[in-house]
Amino acid sequence: MALSPAAAAARSIAARFRVDWPGFVLDVDLALPGRGVTALFGHSGSGKTTLLRCIAGLQRGEAVHLAFGDEVWEDSARGLFVPTHRRPLGYVFQEASLFPHLTVAQNLAFGQRRVARTERRVSLEAAVELLGIGHLLGRAPATLSGGERQRVAIARALATSPRLLLMDEPLAALDLKRKHEILPYLERLHDELEVPVLYVSHSPDEVARLADHVVLLDQGRAIAEGGLVDTLARLDLPTAFSDEAGVVIEAQVGAHDERYHLTRLDFAGGQVLVARRPEAPGRRLRFRVHARDVSLARSRAADTSITNLLPVTVTALADADTPAHVLVRLDAAGTPLVARITRRSCDQLGVAPGCAMWAQIKTVALLA
Amino acid sequence: MAIDALSTADWAAVWLTLRLATVTTVILLLVGTPLAWWLARTRSRWKGPVGAVVALPLVLPPTVLGFYLLVAMGPQGPVGRVTEALGIGLLPFTFAGLVVGSVFYSMPFVVQPLQNAFEAVGERMLEAAATLRAGPWDTFFTVVVPLARPGFVTASILGFAHTVGEFGVVLMIGGNIPERTRVVSVAIYDHVEALEYAEAHLLAGGMLVFSFVVLLALYTRKGVKAWR
Repeated sequence: MALSPAAAAARSIAARFRVDWPGFVLDVDLALPGRGVTALFGHSGSGKTTLLRCIAGLQRGEAVHLAFGDEVWEDSARGLFVPTHRRPLGYVFQEASLFPHLTVAQNLAFGQRRVARTERRVSLEAAVELLGIGHLLGRAPATLSGGERQRVAIARALATSPRLLLMDEPLAALDLKRKHEILPYLERLHDELEVPVLYVSHSPDEVARLADHVVLLDQGRAIAEGGLVDTLARLDLPTAFSDEAGVVIEAQVGAHDERYHLTRLDFAGGQVLVARRPEAPGRRLRFRVHARDVSLARSRAADTSITNLLPVTVTALADADTPAHVLVRLDAAGTPLVARITRRSCDQLGVAPGCAMWAQIKTVALLA
Repeated sequence: MAIDALSTADWAAVWLTLRLATVTTVILLLVGTPLAWWLARTRSRWKGPVGAVVALPLVLPPTVLGFYLLVAMGPQGPVGRVTEALGIGLLPFTFAGLVVGSVFYSMPFVVQPLQNAFEAVGERMLEAAATLRAGPWDTFFTVVVPLARPGFVTASILGFAHTVGEFGVVLMIGGNIPERTRVVSVAIYDHVEALEYAEAHLLAGGMLVFSFVVLLALYTRKGVKAWR
């Protein structure tokens, strides 16, 4: 299942693109991991979809060098361009884009038939099972709901046994209910397949829930790149996250407290109590802590209703989205946290880098 | 009843008309499909001029088109020299000449419905096919043609019916040679000239019914939504 580091490195993606259109420039030079989910994250117009389309070969850039592992897909210096249909990738568009003249089953078979038998690693049955669309096979795309259509589109892409899966905001065209219908399938994809995924999104929640690695794009440039936890906790990148500043923490279900109906989540920097979860102890969960839900105290408050108190060290301060607030970056035994407090409190408490303090976490948002 | 009423010469004209329309439609689908595809997809500055040339027969009197084709295919014309050099001989006043004239004259009736149908398929379907490993030809035959099928049906019907209904170009290029270039519309003209109104009625009535049925089929079909 897991790749050796060397094998993963061999599959990494080197992408250098320059696109220069009137009013829009994309200029990136990225080395993306060849495993896990990498989110291309940014506002609309930041160039994330253009970048994805360039990687797929659906769009041509100017100064381009694109390599997938040791295969070069595009090199404008040598005039090399591998057309989209010869790149071993799967692509999921924002709208499902199923072929309306084919049934669901025929849509799924369309791509798979065109892949050499020896290259087929994902069976139709496996793709159908993974996306839970067995009952839809005989239907026409026009009779499906938006969420069902998108699941078929994802299965159709998987059935080509792609070595790289590109997803362009696959949930953006869906309402909240449908999003929650599809997210678990995307998580299964992440857990059960070893195909690297590039996932375009402008939703911090989707990114926090699905991604392992984040590339933050702004006006056609990659302004930050790195692991999910570290990148989200960076204070110098507030523009994209603005009012949603916060961190993502990977935790494990520790134990259940049946009396108070609580569940303990353990992570590197300590533990938090949350309302009783259905997951069994040992299950991995991600949760988000919004900066606005974290307050600071000089000492461990005993007379508070807040359950979750963590000893932290202040590592940095930065301006928040309003002049009345500041963002404080904290370190909880290796796990980064961000607090958003008023400038007044900051001065009164004498918050400065190096201070040892207590973080009071009002609520955490579980991403599952 | 009609079989007895129509003379052998008139039956020959009917047969010739159907043959001309069939051959013309087949050639137009073969020539018009790539042309319509190009017009639907290109961003070339030639798109406008080429589209305009294809549409010319819609507005030109058939005599103008017929005149230029006659000159071009004549012994001094560029096409005429080539056909003579190839040993085919001259095309005016032959069935082949009629086919050439009809192909030009009915071109917009085939190209425009196809172009509209291709444009309606949309870029996204082509991109989806490419990401599913289908090359351009593969995509054309397995995605574009099935999705543009209503356009192909409309183009065939209009191309066929319009060729059946042409008169001016045929008269200019083909003249009026029984069993070779004398089509139904010309035969009707002859009957009227000769004051043979009964024969003219039969052929003219037949054309009227044929055209009505064709258009009825076309317009009723458009109400049917093939795929949504």
